[in-house]
Amino acid sequence: MSDAVASPATAAKPRRQLDRAVVRFAGDSGDGMQVTGEQFATEAAWAGADLVTLPNFPAEIRAPAGTLFGVSSYQLQFGSRRVYTPGDRLDCLVAMNPAALKVHQRDLKDGGLLIVNTAAFEKKNLDRAGYTSNPLDDPALEDRYRLHKVDITRLTMDALESVPLNVKEKERCKNFFSLGLVSWIYTRPIEPTVAWITKRFAKNPAFVEANTRALKAGYHYGETAEIFTECYGIEPAEMPPGLYRSITGNRALAWGILAAAERTKLTVVYGAYPITPASDVLHEISLHKRFGVRAIQAEDEIAAVGTIIGAAFGGAIGVCASSGPGIALKAEGVNLAVMAELPIVIFDVQRAGPSTGLPTKTEQADLLMALHGRNSESPVVVLAPMTPGDCFFVAYEAIRIAVKYMVPVIVLSDGYLASGAEPWLIPDPKTLPDIPVSFRTNPEGFAPYVRDEATLARPWVRPGTAGLEHRIGGLEKENITGNVSYDADNHDLMVRLRAEKVRRVAQEIPPTTVNGPAAGDLLVVGWGSTYGTITAAVEEVQQSGKAVASVHLRHLNPLPPDLGQILRQYERILVPEINSGQLVRILRAEYLVDAVGFNRVRGLPLSTEELREAIEQLLKEKR
Amino acid sequence: MSVTEAPKKYTKKDFESDQDVRWCPGCGDYAILSAIQKMMPDLGIPRENIVFISGIGCSSRFPYYMNTYGFHTIHGRAPAIATGLRLARPDLKVFVVTGDGDGLSIGGNHLLHVLRRNVNVTILLFNNRIYGLTKGQYSPTSELGKVTKSSPAGSADRPVSPCAFALGAGATFVARTVDRNVAYMEETLRRAAQHHGAAFVEILQNCNVYNDLAWNVLYDRESKIMNDLRLEHGKPLLFGPVDDRHGLVLEGATPRVVRVKDAPERALWVHDDGNTWKAHVLSQLCTPDFPIPIGILMQVEAPAYEEVLLEQERAAIAERGPGDVAKLLVSGDTWRIG
Repeated sequence: MSDAVASPATAAKPRRQLDRAVVRFAGDSGDGMQVTGEQFATEAAWAGADLVTLPNFPAEIRAPAGTLFGVSSYQLQFGSRRVYTPGDRLDCLVAMNPAALKVHQRDLKDGGLLIVNTAAFEKKNLDRAGYTSNPLDDPALEDRYRLHKVDITRLTMDALESVPLNVKEKERCKNFFSLGLVSWIYTRPIEPTVAWITKRFAKNPAFVEANTRALKAGYHYGETAEIFTECYGIEPAEMPPGLYRSITGNRALAWGILAAAERTKLTVVYGAYPITPASDVLHEISLHKRFGVRAIQAEDEIAAVGTIIGAAFGGAIGVCASSGPGIALKAEGVNLAVMAELPIVIFDVQRAGPSTGLPTKTEQADLLMALHGRNSESPVVVLAPMTPGDCFFVAYEAIRIAVKYMVPVIVLSDGYLASGAEPWLIPDPKTLPDIPVSFRTNPEGFAPYVRDEATLARPWVRPGTAGLEHRIGGLEKENITGNVSYDADNHDLMVRLRAEKVRRVAQEIPPTTVNGPAAGDLLVVGWGSTYGTITAAVEEVQQSGKAVASVHLRHLNPLPPDLGQILRQYERILVPEINSGQLVRILRAEYLVDAVGFNRVRGLPLSTEELREAIEQLLKEKR
Repeated sequence: MSVTEAPKKYTKKDFESDQDVRWCPGCGDYAILSAIQKMMPDLGIPRENIVFISGIGCSSRFPYYMNTYGFHTIHGRAPAIATGLRLARPDLKVFVVTGDGDGLSIGGNHLLHVLRRNVNVTILLFNNRIYGLTKGQYSPTSELGKVTKSSPAGSADRPVSPCAFALGAGATFVARTVDRNVAYMEETLRRAAQHHGAAFVEILQNCNVYNDLAWNVLYDRESKIMNDLRLEHGKPLLFGPVDDRHGLVLEGATPRVVRVKDAPERALWVHDDGNTWKAHVLSQLCTPDFPIPIGILMQVEAPAYEEVLLEQERAAIAERGPGDVAKLLVSGDTWRIG
């Protein structure tokens, strides 16, 4: 077997051009499916495809091998046109064991490519997956899909015969064999994976050798084995020129914080308690001590928000990330920041609930909690990124708004954005908007709650400034003086001022982008991670000549000032959400429009196909 | 601590704010406020570099009355807020004012962690063994069987000892003082404020409305003779009448009260405030079997949490230079299109 990397051009078999493909790698949580998927995504991106990924893994760290709940998978859609979602139905499924087949088979298109590792289909694994007989022996499987039974384990072992590793270590390389095979099928370059393996296992040359060999063996197997009659090509997508990288939402959030720290030259204190799926933000932040971002792993969620309030009082930027259960615990702290009018930013990487819920699955059901889930009148700014890469810009924007208006900002990311990745046109930090910060130092006319005319922000004073010593707290404040006040009229005034301050953030919101005709039969309104699904579904319907448009909100409180006007240009309004109808309630209440919801709460992104059908159905019902 | 020299010599008055003090007449908090205001000039720290942070409760109104920076926060969370402030601003001198309910009930977790991390803050816990602001329910330091509005048949909760809690949490400075001995309290507070790391002071305080004379064994002229055990580093632990002094001896790990005249002098327990083992024993002493230790139970040196983190930051910058976001964004795998 040659060690040379075969380039797509030398592949002798016929190559069919595709616009896009949806591929899923599925196996046991110990089978390395996440790495396999990530590397395939990297290969696809290197070849110039646009793509969206969907990692999906069990909440258990090491679920019992072979079980249905221990299945881990990684899906991506890549294509030569703009790709908005990880795809609904699979063109190709790689099932490394019976459990993976059982869990994922139903998502594979009829006639789709099904690659199974036959070595794993033995009695013990079949039993664990609940099969009474070997599904590979059922002719129906072969009738329905293009089934390829490959003994991936044995082929991997054979390829590694001369490598000085034990049997178990060799067997663990089989995911790279699968990756090599699928790379050949879709003519993706394996060079980036070879480079990754070399770096990843730099300390252990035998692992570099073994994984690289397994990868190449898989690639060559596709080329030479007679079972594969064709392979597929996907042209590079037309994407804006520039330097790209792959980025996940959680990393983008962390980097957005670093960018704001650099721009403001302020210290950032990041206080967090570990929680899925937000912990990666803490891990990422903790890597970058050189950026003046100080991370505290707090004793609990309440302390985490406490530390950042303390930091904000000290003139630093306070930031924390958590998920729904943790955000619920922070409510009292957020309200202290509302009352004390201090700038803090809280990321809610939403997950399926209530309670512990489905920790690793995505949901958008914390919107009403972010808006209203605290005692009394508690206005805060709420933003939501649309894509993994957008998390960078929204994190930065959240900090900019917080310090400009002296107000808490909540950012609603979710599990799908957090671990999903996309090719990201790397921005030049210099092009980001400025974040002006001025600390009050002049004692003349100073009082803790005198307000800026444009923003209504109170002055930010760093302790250590002589002559400005003052006391603030959670008791109601008299406007301007900041003295404790139980006066009825003052309380009414302060309630209104705090709300008005948040309302004025509307002046920061750019005109809303409408995707489609400026007036028509139907407007689809979304927020957060459903951007891809909604855009893909709406564009499909638009291609059939229908007067359908979409709007995606990044600002949820306050809402864009032009939104009401836009809503009135369409006959019907559809609001797809991964909750039981939260934004739709707000739109109905705020604008008195007859918006209807499209709601699926399955812990997964919405399906483009289902949404398209819902749009078409609504158009038929047009009044 | 890296604070600049005080620009002028302060007096007590410089630390009095313009706010009317609103504790009940006769409250022990007045004496504590006065002692702290009197002690502050001795610290030599510019007023603007001092921050008082409190939670909720009668004691937590404290920051309003100090003419420094102050933050009256939420119930139990002051230690967490102080931790964030210290990490952001290690140049500030930070005090935490709390009570037995705020610090040991709703905020017990945060108190535990600020102590074990050894954050450089001075923590003053006013212990009146009752909830005052909510009008008289039993607290985590109330004695077993305490009859209050919320425990008409007597409380079923066993009380916690604040000093034992602090030692168990790994505090590096633990002291106890009494509101009615202003001079001694001032001295203890000064030494706590000068400690490097988390300093914990339990201040036995009288709530004359809901729990009057809870510490009467230390107020009453007669009973305090046998109950007030003054701790002085290097001196034997002595108490009792002048003509019949009592002392303590340790038999193994078990303390025992002895009459000085009956015991050989070398057998007497001599206080060593650097001895953490003995501090744990001291923290368990209470009436009626033992006198109540008053003073510094223990003080040891250990690195402060935020200073360790800041040292890591300095080392990272020294090794690789300050962060550069533009470089970070293009680090790792990238590819060019067009």
